[in-house]
Amino acid sequence: MLTTEEILETIKMVQEENLDIRTITMGISLRDCSDADHRLACQKIYDKVTHRAEKLVQTGDEIAREYGLPIVNKRISVTPIALIAEASKQEDYLEYARVLDRAAEEVGVNFIGGFSALVHKGFTVGDRVLIESIPEALSATERVCASVNVATSRVGINMDAINLCSRVIKKTAELTKAADSVGCAKIVIFANVPEDNPFMAGAFHGIGEPDCVINTGVSGPGVVKSAIKRAGDADLGDLSETVKKIAFKITRMGELVGRTAARRLGVPFGIVDLSLAPTPAVGDSVAEIIEEMGLERCGAPGSTAALALLNDAVKKGGAMASSYVGGLSGAFIPVSEDAGMITSVTDGALSLEKLEAMTAVCSVGLDMVAVPGATSAETIAAIIADETAIGVFNHKTTAVRIIPAAGKRVGDQVEFGGLLGKAPVMAVNNFKADKFVQRGGRIPAPIHSLRN
Amino acid sequence: MNRLKGLLDSNGNNEDGSGNRIVITVIGPDRVGIIAAVSNILAENGVNILDISQTIMQEFFVMILVADMEKASVDLVSLKDLLHEKGKELQVRIDAQHEDVFNYMHRI
Repeated sequence: MLTTEEILETIKMVQEENLDIRTITMGISLRDCSDADHRLACQKIYDKVTHRAEKLVQTGDEIAREYGLPIVNKRISVTPIALIAEASKQEDYLEYARVLDRAAEEVGVNFIGGFSALVHKGFTVGDRVLIESIPEALSATERVCASVNVATSRVGINMDAINLCSRVIKKTAELTKAADSVGCAKIVIFANVPEDNPFMAGAFHGIGEPDCVINTGVSGPGVVKSAIKRAGDADLGDLSETVKKIAFKITRMGELVGRTAARRLGVPFGIVDLSLAPTPAVGDSVAEIIEEMGLERCGAPGSTAALALLNDAVKKGGAMASSYVGGLSGAFIPVSEDAGMITSVTDGALSLEKLEAMTAVCSVGLDMVAVPGATSAETIAAIIADETAIGVFNHKTTAVRIIPAAGKRVGDQVEFGGLLGKAPVMAVNNFKADKFVQRGGRIPAPIHSLRN
Repeated sequence: MNRLKGLLDSNGNNEDGSGNRIVITVIGPDRVGIIAAVSNILAENGVNILDISQTIMQEFFVMILVADMEKASVDLVSLKDLLHEKGKELQVRIDAQHEDVFNYMHRI
């Protein structure tokens, strides 16, 4: 039996506190689409994606209406294209990017992820071709997202891959200069990448996954913020309890929508990503949650501790709400997609270095960070190496989505629009690490005992 | 606590989505004829009312109505549209949602 209060609580969460399902993402294996003739391979990819995802958007919209829960995005992730395209011996994989873009347009999704390569231990020919195709692929398409895994805790960090990726990021920034280097918002460099992540731009369909699967990502920073506000002067233990309870409720919605979508589409249900994903809308911000906890601004001393509490409580509450948890699972702190984070940077409260520290205790990493266009490829490589080291040595996923905004300086702003938002260009430490990154090679995997 | 009859409990939840019960909520300034208008639409479309509860919250009229769509002549999405239209006319907000949303969120 439900009470009036419970029913009204749910309605309030949706109507006033921006509770939504951030994404239902259909993972589609393209392993049966590989072909020595790239035209044949592309045709198979188009046919498979448009067939599998034919009803994805329609089903998502129906569920949203029946349950009265907004489902913001319907998206697709595919097998890393480097694995599929390699057989075709092409000099670039532009045609593969174009076919993904067309297939995504045909079924009506706004992003398709999986223009990806996994190179944590080294490159195959196809991996290298794919990574080098990223700048043209992202400037020639609208919906395609790229990602590269450059490190794992098991094998260490591939510095050669990081160097290549940082040059690719710089080139992408130049090629998409007219749109504030928006191409870079669609490249994620990962350490310990999850294979079932439903969130863009880093989603791809891992090689251990079934042929087709539905994964969901939930949202709801506004709901958590309101709960913390209601908790008043509670101590930190009670605050954690409050977040756990509300995270349970948020995650249950992801579980319900994911299971329902999977059943209606006739594919297995994969995971719920226990995430707090902000949007640029006011009141839908992770930074505002941290501030509600008692910090003047996100980025102030105490931010890492507050975020650690938040992130852990979200996982504890969410884990019980879902039978299968996966993806990135944790609070996201992208700068451009979070109104509170933007304010913190503009006010000088949040630096790149503090942001890096915060990523040690939460989901993802340096996400949607704009830096001056003049930042060298070597410095970008060093920033990626630092963030990767945090992930590899702490056995967690970290990622970098950095925008060296062509022609912009500190204090300027880049504007992407929509969910990607806008970002103030942040200052980068000017001292160089060129010699270190140019050494190349691999940083060996960390030792798993003697932990300190 | 104001408990509503008709909703499935945690043991009776319907994983396969076969349940046909919906929760209709009306929120807005109180005025004559809200219940009549809503129940008219439901009757016209073969939707059976299982329970009604109403209360005044912060000067707003809040009505929660549990109904069964087993023999309904419309689907939930069309019913929502009809209720939404009526809501605009009466200047109240009328929503209809499948009951699973509430069961999933509040029951383990």
